[in-house]
Formats: sequence, C-alpha cells, structure tokens
Amino acid sequence: MRRLNPSLVAGGVIVLLIVVTALVSFVWTPYDATLVDPASRLLKPSWSHWFGTDKFGRDVLSQIMVGSRTTLFVGIVAVGVAAVIGVPLGILAAMSRRWSSEVIMRSNDLLLAFPALLLAIMFGAVFGASTLTAMIAIGIASIPSFARVIRSGALQVMRTEYVLAARAAGRQPFPIAVRHVLPNVASLITVQASVSFAIAVLAEAALSFLGYGTPPPTPSWGRMLQESQEFLFSAPRLAVFPGLAIALAVLGFNLLGDGLRDRFDPKLEDRR
Amino acid sequence: MNSVLAVEDLTVTVRDKTLVQDVSLTVDPGERVGLIGESGSGKSLTALSVMGLLPEDVHASGSVRLAGVDHDLIGADERRLSRVRGRQLAIVFQEPMTALNPTMRVGDQVAEAMLIHDTVPGRRAARAAAIELLGRVQLPDVLRAYPHQLSGGQRQRVVLALALANDPSLLICDEPTTALDVTVQAMVLDLIVRGVTDRSSALLFITHDLAVVATVCQRVLVMYGGRIVESGPVNEVFTSPRHRYTQGLIAASDLESADRRLPTIPGNVPAAGQFPNGCVFRTRCAHATEICATAPPWSGTASRGFACHHPAPALEPADA
Amino acid sequence: MIIRLIERTAVLLVSLVVSSVLVFAFMAVLPGDPARVALGVNASEEAVAQLREQFGLDRPLPTQYLDWLGGLLRGDFGISYVSKAAIGPQIIDRFQVTLWLVVAGMIIALVIAVPAGTVMAARHRHVSGLALSALSQVGVAVPAFLAGILLITLFAVKLGWLPANGWTPPAEDPGMFLQQLILPALALGLVQGAVLTRYVRSAVLEVLREDYLRTARAKGLRPFPALWRHGLRNAAVPVVTVLGLQLATLLIGAVVVERVFVIPGLGSLLLDAVSNRDLLLVQDVVMVLVVAVLVVNFFVDLLYVALDPRLRVSSR
Repeated sequence: MRRLNPSLVAGGVIVLLIVVTALVSFVWTPYDATLVDPASRLLKPSWSHWFGTDKFGRDVLSQIMVGSRTTLFVGIVAVGVAAVIGVPLGILAAMSRRWSSEVIMRSNDLLLAFPALLLAIMFGAVFGASTLTAMIAIGIASIPSFARVIRSGALQVMRTEYVLAARAAGRQPFPIAVRHVLPNVASLITVQASVSFAIAVLAEAALSFLGYGTPPPTPSWGRMLQESQEFLFSAPRLAVFPGLAIALAVLGFNLLGDGLRDRFDPKLEDRR
Repeated sequence: MNSVLAVEDLTVTVRDKTLVQDVSLTVDPGERVGLIGESGSGKSLTALSVMGLLPEDVHASGSVRLAGVDHDLIGADERRLSRVRGRQLAIVFQEPMTALNPTMRVGDQVAEAMLIHDTVPGRRAARAAAIELLGRVQLPDVLRAYPHQLSGGQRQRVVLALALANDPSLLICDEPTTALDVTVQAMVLDLIVRGVTDRSSALLFITHDLAVVATVCQRVLVMYGGRIVESGPVNEVFTSPRHRYTQGLIAASDLESADRRLPTIPGNVPAAGQFPNGCVFRTRCAHATEICATAPPWSGTASRGFACHHPAPALEPADA
Repeated sequence: MIIRLIERTAVLLVSLVVSSVLVFAFMAVLPGDPARVALGVNASEEAVAQLREQFGLDRPLPTQYLDWLGGLLRGDFGISYVSKAAIGPQIIDRFQVTLWLVVAGMIIALVIAVPAGTVMAARHRHVSGLALSALSQVGVAVPAFLAGILLITLFAVKLGWLPANGWTPPAEDPGMFLQQLILPALALGLVQGAVLTRYVRSAVLEVLREDYLRTARAKGLRPFPALWRHGLRNAAVPVVTVLGLQLATLLIGAVVVERVFVIPGLGSLLLDAVSNRDLLLVQDVVMVLVVAVLVVNFFVDLLYVALDPRLRVSSR
C-alpha cells in the first residue's frame, strides 16, 4: 500500500467540498441567492446571515453556494472543449509525419498568443458577453497546453515496443491511436484536466469581474468581487468571502493535479 | 611508510538499512589499489563516503583519514571538506556523458579546478595550465569546445584532466571506463595510470572488471555485501583466491579461456541492505555450514587476508 | 546559429501574418456591420451608409484587410469609427502605461521567484522548503485582481500608506508615479512570482540531480557556489520558457489589474472600446497585444541559443 499523498488528499477534499456545495445549492440554500431585500442591506455576518449580506441585501453565503455552480459549470465545459480538441490534436501530432506534425504544433503555438481573457473579450465584443462565450473562450485557450502535454506523452508511447510491434504487424494508425496511445495517455489527460480546471476557474473569475462572464442576476464569484469593490472602505468582508472561494477552488484543483501527477508517476514526486 | 588513505570501520546506512559495514582499507603513496565487486556490493558508496559526497539521506560513520589533512573526513563540515576535494582528493565518475557542465567551455571547467584552490596565480595561468593538462590527456585544441562536441572517451579524458589538475595525493576512479567503447577503454586506462604515475599519486580504482584490475592495479580488495571479504596483491588473489566468493568471481570471469563455458555463482546478489548476518555470502555459498551464521574473522594480515570460515586451499604460487 | 535565426524569423513572420488574418476575419464575421454597430440601432440608414463609405467598409473584405495591414506596417492604425480620432497615438500612449506595469510586475516576480525557488529546491526535504512550497501553492491560487483588492484594503484603506488607485505619468510627477505603481505592480508580480517560483523550483531540483553538479562539488566547490556557477544557467533554460509565456499572461492579465486600480492602460482602452462598440479600436488593440506576445516568444527562442550551446551547432 502506497503512502497517502498529501496533495491528492487535500486537493480531493477541497474539490469534493465544492462539488457537494454546488449539489446542495440545487435543493437548499439559506436564502434565495437572488432575493433582494432592502431592509437587510450590508449586514455583518451573524447567525441569520453567516457571511453577511451585500448592497442589495442578498445573502452572501447563498450567493457563494450558487456561485459554485457557475464555477464548476464553466470549468467542466471549458475543460471538455479543450480536451475534446486538444487530445486528438496532440495524438495526431505525435503520430503524423514530420511536416504535418510541425504545422499542428506551430498553430498550437500561435494559439498561445491568444490567452483566455483576450479571446473572451473578443467574443464579448462580437457576440455579446455571456457564460457561453466565456466557457468557449477559456476552452479554446486551454487547447494548446492539452495538445502539447498529450503529444509528448503519445510520442513516448509511439516508441514503445508494443506499438512498434503493432505497426510492424500492419495495424492502421487509427486503431493504434485508440487501442494503445489513448489508454496510455489517459493519466496525462486527467492531470492536465485538473490543472486546466484551476486555470478555468481563475479565468472565469477574472471575466466575471470584468463583466464578460456570467451576466447578473446569476451569482458568480468574480462578479461578487467586482461588486464588493465600491465597499472596500466600509465593508471589505464582501471581498473576502468570494475571494476565499476562488482561491480555495484554484488551490483544490491545482493540488489535485499535483497529487494525481505524483500518483501516476512517483518518480517525479519532487519535481513540482 | 604512512598511508595516503586510511579508512577505518566505515559503515554506510540509509534509514535502517546498512549498505556498507565495517570497511577498513589503506592506500599507500603512489600505490594503485583496485576495489572490485558486483553492483550493489557497496564499492561506489565507499568511494562517495571518502569524497564526502553521499546523497543527503545516506549516512557514513567510522573514520576516513587522508595524509596531509589534519582532520577526519567523516563528520567534517562542507567548508573543510571542500578544501580537500579537488585538491588532495580527486575523483573520476563512471558516466562521462553527463559529468561535465553542458553550458561551459571545457577549458574553463578544467581551469576552474585550479582557480577554486588557488593553485595557480590567476586566470591566465589557469588557462595555460589547462592547455597543458588537456595536452597530457592527448586532447590538444579542445579548450574552447563545449562538452557536446566531444565523444564519451574525450569527455572522460577531460574529467581526468580536471581531476589531476591539482596533483592530488589520491585519485579515485569509479568505473571510469565502463560506459566507454571497448576501443577507447585501453587508452583511457593507460592515461589514468600514466597520470597517477607522473604525479606519484595513489589510485583507488573501482570496477567490476577483473581484467581491468589485473592491468591497472598492484593490490586488490574484493567487496561483497558491503564488506571487504578478501584483499592482497593482484597476482596472488587472482591465482590463489581464498574466499569462496572471490573464487567464484574469478572462475566466472576466467581471464584466459574463452571457449569453455564459464561457471556462474548460484543465486543473485541480494537487494541492498538484505544481506544475511554472519558471513554475507553464505546464502549463495556451496561450502556454507552452521558456523557461517557467525561473522567470519579476518585471517592473515591487513595487506593479504580474507574473511571466510571455509577458505579455499592456498595454492603454491605458480612459478612455472 | 544563423540557420536557426532565419528559421525563427520566418516562423515569426508567418505567425504575424496568420494571426492578423485571424483577428481581421474574426472581427469581420460579426453579425451586423461595424458602422451599424458603432452608430447604434437608432441611426438612420443614410448615416450608416455615409459612415460605411467614409471608412471604406463597403469595399470587399480582402481589400479592407490589405488596407488595414498596410496601415499597420506604416504605423497607421486607422481612425476610430466612434470617436473619429486617430487610433495610433492612443495605443502608443496606453501601451507605455501597460508596459510600465508589466515590466515592474515581472521584476517583482523574478526577485521573488529566483531566490525562493532555489531555496525551495535546495532544501526540499526541510521544513523551510516545504513551508515555502505550500506558500507558493497558495500564491498561485490567488488571482491578480483579488491580490489587488487585498493590497488596496491593507495598504490604502487600513494603513493609508499608498494611494488606492490612479495613474500619473512618470514625467509629470515621478514620486506620485512610483507610489501609484507599487500596488498594481505588486498585485501582478506577487501572483506571477508564485507561479514562477514553482517552475524555478522544479528546474533547480532537476539540475541538482545532474552529474555535473557532483563533478563541480568534487572539484571543491561548496553546494551553493556549485549551484550558482554550474546550475543556474542550466536551470534558466526551462525557466525562460515559462517567463516568455508569463509575459504574455502579464500583458493580458494587466487588463484586470488596470480595472481594479483605474489605470489608463491598454487593457482599459480595450474594455472601453468594446463597450463603446468601437470595433476597429478593438481589432487594433488585440493585434498589438498578439504582436507583443509573438515578439516576446521570438526573443525567448533566441535567448535559448544564448543559454544553451548545444542548440548552436545546427538547426534541429
């Protein structure tokens, strides 16, 4: 039995906590997260409002809980888009001839010049900002790192004896990719998904903060932070709770990614 | 005559495992001593302990004294150790391909060895000395080369040049030719022997290759399971091994006959730290009896002896 | 060496052309035409038609593209559809502001990351290394705009040491410029520093395992001098890669920090352009950011060659 990996445990617990929070928010929150109540504006944390209320009298805890749905939803779609495009590209680049592989990787590098934030702002300018544009922009911006990681993993698999044997036996590239390469890069995909998820959470928060993410009234951590800005002098706590939520989520997914990496390849344990 | 190197009761442990136990050895000035054994026998760890370059979690105890150094090398702090390393004590490692800094010119790496210890008056002199040192290992014109432009054999000669830069009293070579092509092995060995003879440096030569020991060394120490099991002049040990392990080792690598099928030692070398108590070889020895569960005492003298309860009979030295 | 330089330059040029096509095409596919977007839904047909003609939007797309690209090459960014002002001077002006911010942030990040990462690697089994490691993990999780908000809360609101926001050009009032630069630069630099620290750590750890470091110590160098003389340059190669990517992140990341600190940089110009529906301005700013990123990556590539002699022999 291998020693329990602290990153994996800590990351797993945090991610689980966020997932559970999001699930619970579907059936129960202390208050309606979007309920405006002028009578209870800017309340300090108390037994009835654990995290206090915002400028519209909305319960902060309820908003954080519902906000976790937005975070997870954007993350899942973005990582999904990135994986569905990036993984085949990476495998293709590893398996194809030199020049076509070169073309794929060069286009990949070019995409790196368009970070998520820039893409999302461009999308927002053209299509109008929404959760959808944010998710897709973040997803597209995450393709290069997927493709790169998967390509290097797939290149290693392509050099193994069983793939060489399969090729010598005249197997077609596609079956080789599906049967040999994909299962062997699955662990890399998992690690990269976790790391990309953390980046997606950060990007979503930044976009919502700028007003290019989820539009109101749907609660989102980034926008809660943006709304807190005008109260930095009177009620800095309004920045603390969504800020903590974002940091915790990013930390959780990063730790999970690190932990998974160590788990799959213990030799690398000290490297990150 | 005082010895150059005197190792006493060296024990190397990692966590709860003992990898080298109670190793004592001496090397006299100008003497060329071979340390042979299979991988896992603890010979490289012995060398690293002498250099004080053991990995962080590996610990050495005992005593390592070097002529001209007034303190024990075991337990000495980095500051004092670093003054000895590369000055009185130098080493050539096994893997020449990675032993040199890929981003630094070869000449600078050789010159640095002298500049660190202020054995030359300045950069210009260090450079001149580096040219001469590289010339002596038959590498003229590589001063401005980077390691990747050189072959493995050439790189190993660079490492040899920088190891010998400060005329050390002891040069340790840890399998210096194992990673090289057979064709260049002889040349590197020759340069090593010439290098130490020219400077009257002593040599501790670590290898698993008996033929190499036979050509390079005057005396040999046989290591197995983290202990020295036999020692003596090369021709005596090789013609008349007394320890059963040495006997098996020599039979398995018969230096003369090539057509006969070589006998092997039964079983495998146990994993590090997994050697039996008593005689470390007893689990693989055909002659082992109950008494072998106790540690065999050292028979003979420090310069010629063995540790075995059932030694092979001594042969009269073949004089024909 | 020369071959590599030519190869890299070719890659840069192709990337620049391809990305300009991408940016132009993307802005051109938008539903509705830019003149209508700029003037709003209530504008009369005549006004829209007049604007289209004025800015040549009625010409075929390839012509418009070549015209735009030709202008860029001559340093002419065109004229805003909305404000009717020349775009070039605005971009140059705002770019300087962002550059100050990014360079200051990068310096802070490096000053933090190189020593912290090295210590973390050299003492990775000790408490101090592990504590730094955990701290950097937390730092990575804090977005720059959150760091900005926290810094404002602490240093501007609670302690009142520094201004909460604003921007003064250095030529106007150097003292005020520095005071106003510190917090936003810290917000950018602290977070990037935490990210960079982790890369420095793994690069140094990698180098610590290298045989040549053992050779250096066998020569008589003590651990830290050995790492300094023989390790850092080798560790720099992977770190420089990340640095290049980070510079890109910083350029774009500055957008958010500029919003937090109310700084008139390229980011706020972009955001304002988007909300004013000033599409040519958006297109120009995006292009400038992309060019900046590509050029940085080009120099990073050349820097490798300077750092690693193994790359100098021939092209790959």
